[in-house]
Amino acid sequence: MTTLLIENLCKQYGKLQTVKGVNLKLDAGERVALLGHNGAGKTTLMRMVLGLTPATSGKIAVLGTAAGSRHARNAIGFLPESVAFHGALSGREQLHHFARLKSETTKRADDLLERVGLSEAADRKIRTYSKGMRQRIGLAQALLGRPKLALLDEPTSGLDPISRHEFYDIVEDLANSGTAVLLSSHALTELETRTDRIAIMSEGRLLANNSLSALRQTAHLPIHVHVTTSEADADRIAAELGGERVNGRSITLTCQQDGKIAMLGQITSLGAVIKDVDVTPASLEDLYRHYSIAEEGA
Amino acid sequence: MSVFTIARLELLIARRNMWVATAIILMGLFTVVLTLAGGAPTGTLGIDPLTVALTSITTLSVYLIPLIGLLLSFDAIAGEAERGTLALNLTYPMSRGEILIGKFLAHLGVLGVAIAVGLGLAVVLTIWQHGMTDLSFLPLLKLFGTSIALGAAFLGIGYLVSSLVRQTGVASGIVIIIWLVCVVLYDLGLLGALVADDGGAFTKDVFPWLLVANPADAFRLINTPEVSVSELASGIGAAGGVSGAAGQSASLLLWPVVALFLAWAAFRRIEP
Repeated sequence: MTTLLIENLCKQYGKLQTVKGVNLKLDAGERVALLGHNGAGKTTLMRMVLGLTPATSGKIAVLGTAAGSRHARNAIGFLPESVAFHGALSGREQLHHFARLKSETTKRADDLLERVGLSEAADRKIRTYSKGMRQRIGLAQALLGRPKLALLDEPTSGLDPISRHEFYDIVEDLANSGTAVLLSSHALTELETRTDRIAIMSEGRLLANNSLSALRQTAHLPIHVHVTTSEADADRIAAELGGERVNGRSITLTCQQDGKIAMLGQITSLGAVIKDVDVTPASLEDLYRHYSIAEEGA
Repeated sequence: MSVFTIARLELLIARRNMWVATAIILMGLFTVVLTLAGGAPTGTLGIDPLTVALTSITTLSVYLIPLIGLLLSFDAIAGEAERGTLALNLTYPMSRGEILIGKFLAHLGVLGVAIAVGLGLAVVLTIWQHGMTDLSFLPLLKLFGTSIALGAAFLGIGYLVSSLVRQTGVASGIVIIIWLVCVVLYDLGLLGALVADDGGAFTKDVFPWLLVANPADAFRLINTPEVSVSELASGIGAAGGVSGAAGQSASLLLWPVVALFLAWAAFRRIEP
């Protein structure tokens, strides 16, 4: 069964329409990243899936049941953006409480504290926690009750690079055990290798929804090639390759996917004057810009 | 089950925030002072010394119990909305009614313990001063039960305010105003109306019902023993007699139910 099915979903606040006809489908074990700037409608979308705010029109089904139903809420793990807890409680007390609400054992809550790397600080009051530590408690509570669908709103904000890495390891385990993961993020680069599908939202509309490589192909974004050479040769080589000299010894070239091998051949044929070559495919940033600008222009 | 999980957490928070200690100390301290002070002049009057103590404690409770009730409850929803914990809590598989009842049980427990400690101290001190003779415990039980009902009513009112305004600062201001109106201004207003009416229809037909409509007054009337009413109180006591014990009990039972229901209705409308 489809874990999450969203059909033609709309949300209107007075005259402001924040979500406009979104269709999205998540199957078990899929990791989908929801991209968009602030106000693109990502959080509103998640809040509707959670049943925190009703949809104006359209349909949401979580494992075949209505959003916000007890069955749906039991199946969802949610990590809100800038998650907060009562400061007078310890991390362990807070997590045990959530475990009881999800009919989960407190033993499992303790295991999760360990999993997110908080077992040391678990008995300290949450008010002494850093933002990253609160985020970890938030992640741990989202994992309680082995959810079928995990909704993670800006999950890596406030985490350092190592924690981010650990976070995506946890997400991967979660997906491998059959949980569908929908996460929103601004940090585009980290999503490239860590998600199966990218959904781009802008001004309430879903502009793209596909795997990263498929999105790259459709967008026809150029590949950037950086060539490093010696200072004396830079101008001559820039002219020869048809590139642009960026500083003393570097040249930037662009090409399409199908012209990449030919260009690399041309560069290597120049021999010893070439010190180094870097090839950068269109990044998520480029893609994101491409799809959101394409929409605005239309 | 969620109800008890919520209640358990709220009790823990109430203990951490020193609310349990504060409530017990307030109730204990005032009842001890009143029992000792109240006992001094009545030794020779031949009135049951426990009744004298309870009369003083009733007067005190009219002020203190609504105050503690409102202070325990004004933060319940607004505080969670402000801290940002409400949205996450509402995504858990439990209804808003369960959340509200869970908090209510915990807060009522705190109040119950504080009241029990206060009354217990009063009994112990009375026995210590006067011995075990001629003590009637029925008024004590009545005072305990009606104190719980009074506290429950103001807890419900506090949750209602907390759900309606969603900002703790505003909520705290409003509950203090409500407290002031219910325990002081309402009576003054009625008194003024009585004077203006000078024994007319208002005094006979409307006033007794308006009096018991205020849970604080219903509590005061139901716990005022006839032997101890003063001259001023006897007028009010006679007026209270029109609505009777049934009216007073109904007020004390209905207020918690209605206030909790309205709080639930307001809480249900919140989109975190």
